[in-house]
Amino acid sequence: MNLTRRLILKGAAALTVLAAVPRTLLAWPDKAFDAKSTDDVMKALFGGTGVTDSSEVVLNAPDIAENGRVVPISVSTTLSGVENISVIVEENPSPLVAAFDMGPGSVPDVSTRIKMGKTSNVIAVVKADGKLYSAQKEVKVTIGGCGG
Amino acid sequence: MASKIRIKAKLQGDMAEVKTLMKHEMETGTRKDSKTGETVPAHFIKEVTCNLNGEKVMTANWGPAVSKNPYLAFKVQGAMAGDVVTISWVDNKGETDSAETTLS
Repeated sequence: MNLTRRLILKGAAALTVLAAVPRTLLAWPDKAFDAKSTDDVMKALFGGTGVTDSSEVVLNAPDIAENGRVVPISVSTTLSGVENISVIVEENPSPLVAAFDMGPGSVPDVSTRIKMGKTSNVIAVVKADGKLYSAQKEVKVTIGGCGG
Repeated sequence: MASKIRIKAKLQGDMAEVKTLMKHEMETGTRKDSKTGETVPAHFIKEVTCNLNGEKVMTANWGPAVSKNPYLAFKVQGAMAGDVVTISWVDNKGETDSAETTLS
């Protein structure tokens, strides 16, 4: 393949992304973030609810969160071909918390901190090779993190 | 304006572990101001883009349920010393911030 052409194409693609990002959000799934139930989130995000529980999805979250405003979580998996990692808190007013689009070069291992309104199941959904896998864990919340 | 994103990146072999802290209110839009009783409008980061040498590695789409002053950690494979990691975000008001660091 012509190397120069590839480089130019890559450069052009990168520039387009840089120019587009500040103004328009590329693929923010607004329907999924607006959804009020876990099923609706799954439908909006993945077009279906067919999820397999998998021990290959590892969700790290505390058993008890004293402060629901800051709950550290991390999701990792040994599955290959990971396209998306999403975090859902069932009892939150809007259950979808975050959806990570994993590009080439990324390792399926992400950590962040989330808010939880009350005690709830936290579900990690991993889309790998077009299939959905999940793991879940109940996190007990002593002080809620939504609203006052 | 100086960037309010802090990045710490550690290279282990060909894998880079990147940890970032962003300064942002992350208002849910449901909270009420304790003095005025009025609902504080939503203001949160929607999209965080992580690039390695200008190529997209990961995009994090976030809702308002990510904690205030968000923390994000992720890993990148096939990284080398001298590679540049760039983090940028856009919030629901169209505000942006970005920062970069060079792996060593």
